[in-house]
Amino acid sequence: MFRVELSKQVRRWRTWLLAAALAGVPVLVVVAIRLSPPPPQNSQDAPPFLLQIVRNGLFAPLTGLALVQPFFMSLAIGLFAGDAIAGEAQSGTLRYLLVRPVRRPRLIVSKYAAAMTFTGTLLLIVICSGLFAGGIVFGIHPMPTLSGTSLSVVDGLARILASGAFIVLAASGIVAVGMWISTLTDSGPGAIVATVIVAIASQIADQIPSLHAIQPFLPTHGWLGYTGLFRFPVDLVTMREGLTVSAAYTAVFLALAVWRFRRRDITA
Amino acid sequence: MTAAIRAVGLTKRYGELAAVDGLDLSVERGELYGFLGPNGAGKTTTIRMALGLIHPTAGTIEVLGSRVTAGHGPFERVGALVEEPAFWSYLSGRRNLEAFARAGSGRADARARLGRIDDVLHTVGLADAADKRVKQYSQGMRQRLGVGLALLGNPELLVLDEPTNGLDPSGMREVRELLRQLADGGTTIFISSHLLAEVEAMCDRVGVMARGALVAEGPPGTLRGTTDRIRIEVDDVAAARTVLARLGGPDMIAAASASGPGVLDVTLSDGLGAADVNAALVRGGIRVHALEPQRDTLEDVFLHLVEGIHVPR
Repeated sequence: MFRVELSKQVRRWRTWLLAAALAGVPVLVVVAIRLSPPPPQNSQDAPPFLLQIVRNGLFAPLTGLALVQPFFMSLAIGLFAGDAIAGEAQSGTLRYLLVRPVRRPRLIVSKYAAAMTFTGTLLLIVICSGLFAGGIVFGIHPMPTLSGTSLSVVDGLARILASGAFIVLAASGIVAVGMWISTLTDSGPGAIVATVIVAIASQIADQIPSLHAIQPFLPTHGWLGYTGLFRFPVDLVTMREGLTVSAAYTAVFLALAVWRFRRRDITA
Repeated sequence: MTAAIRAVGLTKRYGELAAVDGLDLSVERGELYGFLGPNGAGKTTTIRMALGLIHPTAGTIEVLGSRVTAGHGPFERVGALVEEPAFWSYLSGRRNLEAFARAGSGRADARARLGRIDDVLHTVGLADAADKRVKQYSQGMRQRLGVGLALLGNPELLVLDEPTNGLDPSGMREVRELLRQLADGGTTIFISSHLLAEVEAMCDRVGVMARGALVAEGPPGTLRGTTDRIRIEVDDVAAARTVLARLGGPDMIAAASASGPGVLDVTLSDGLGAADVNAALVRGGIRVHALEPQRDTLEDVFLHLVEGIHVPR
């Protein structure tokens, strides 16, 4: 079922559109910065990586990841996880999959694995597109860290890939929430929107100082932990927190999704 | 051998409303069984319980000898069409069948299904349209692909909900012939329909469902009322009236034309058959042009059973 899901999505236009949009983000950033280098004084609101991009092509994939993560990735998760069961219910194909038969827990787990695979692939596309565009325009050089030290090109590349891997793993909790939402409704668009709203609302709540007490329990808490990879010494605390939270959300919400889906009457 | 489908006290309640209410049903192997009933009678709910899509509130249902619970049953050996067919519209007909073939768990089973795709597409007349996206299919083509999907696993039992929906008359006939052929080859077929003529022409046995339970069951012929009425065409209705009133009383005549040449509908009773009526008329000097037994159509039976309406003639 996992492979069937992959091959179905690959033959869908919207998958390619999303991939193209995501690949375009780092290219857009590189082009924009090439055309008008931002003055370093205006560092207040710009993401930290954006300022150093002028000096190094290696920063393009990182900037791409930083820009894609909050919205585009949430949208992708909505499309892959939120739509997973609800979309099949809406089109009616769910009942034909279940009488094929595909066992219900297996359908959930396969769809979850496929959603994770696609999220990872999209981030890899962002990294590749950023490296390509940034490399061509600015060249690839050793990388300064946030702590002022320097990383070799190979080390920098490895940490960029590690960032991508971390972002995917940190997203696993929201993907599981999306799967659960997907078992609650027969409306594909409804489940997509609900999933995106959860992802974005959680990120916003994570930024509101007065919500300090609940922030460690938000599914997107620790999403920015990968910046710790670019400090010296490497700071893994936030990353570990992020992975713990997302693992907990994955366990709870996948179990809820399976439980809910097994009990449900399929009337769509 | 165990029954192909056996429901005992099968019940599905949604709150107060019972969609299926203590249904007892038995479909033998190799049978072509027609499942009739108006919309809302509980046909689709029953089919969904047989396919493990809906949890019964009470009672049990067995398919091919195995107990079915939601999500569990011998569905590798069952082909199904549940309400309308549904496909991934962005994939071609062939790719849809491939995806469904691969989606189950058994490798050998998936390979066997993949190997049958060309045959099935040919059988349902979609060989030429196989590589078009389903989005571009007409309703009839989707319906054919739905039947094709049900056939893909070479099933022992076919459960088809309104299989000729959306087909033109020649398409309907093709599907009917195909199903008859499969049934003659030993496949058990359970087909729901609201089209009585379709079921009458094709099925070995018919069950009529109303308000969640079976209200009649039997071969299509036996479901009809006994032949207790005849229609007589005579050259003189008024004279025939007089003769018949003398023979069996005025109540015998159910309806008649005014006078002159015309028809009379006559209700027969014990000891007074069609031959007696005919002989009496001829003796009375009335010329009988035609004498025709009036059988209830399945439609009359159906309306009578389902809505309590007796169709007057």
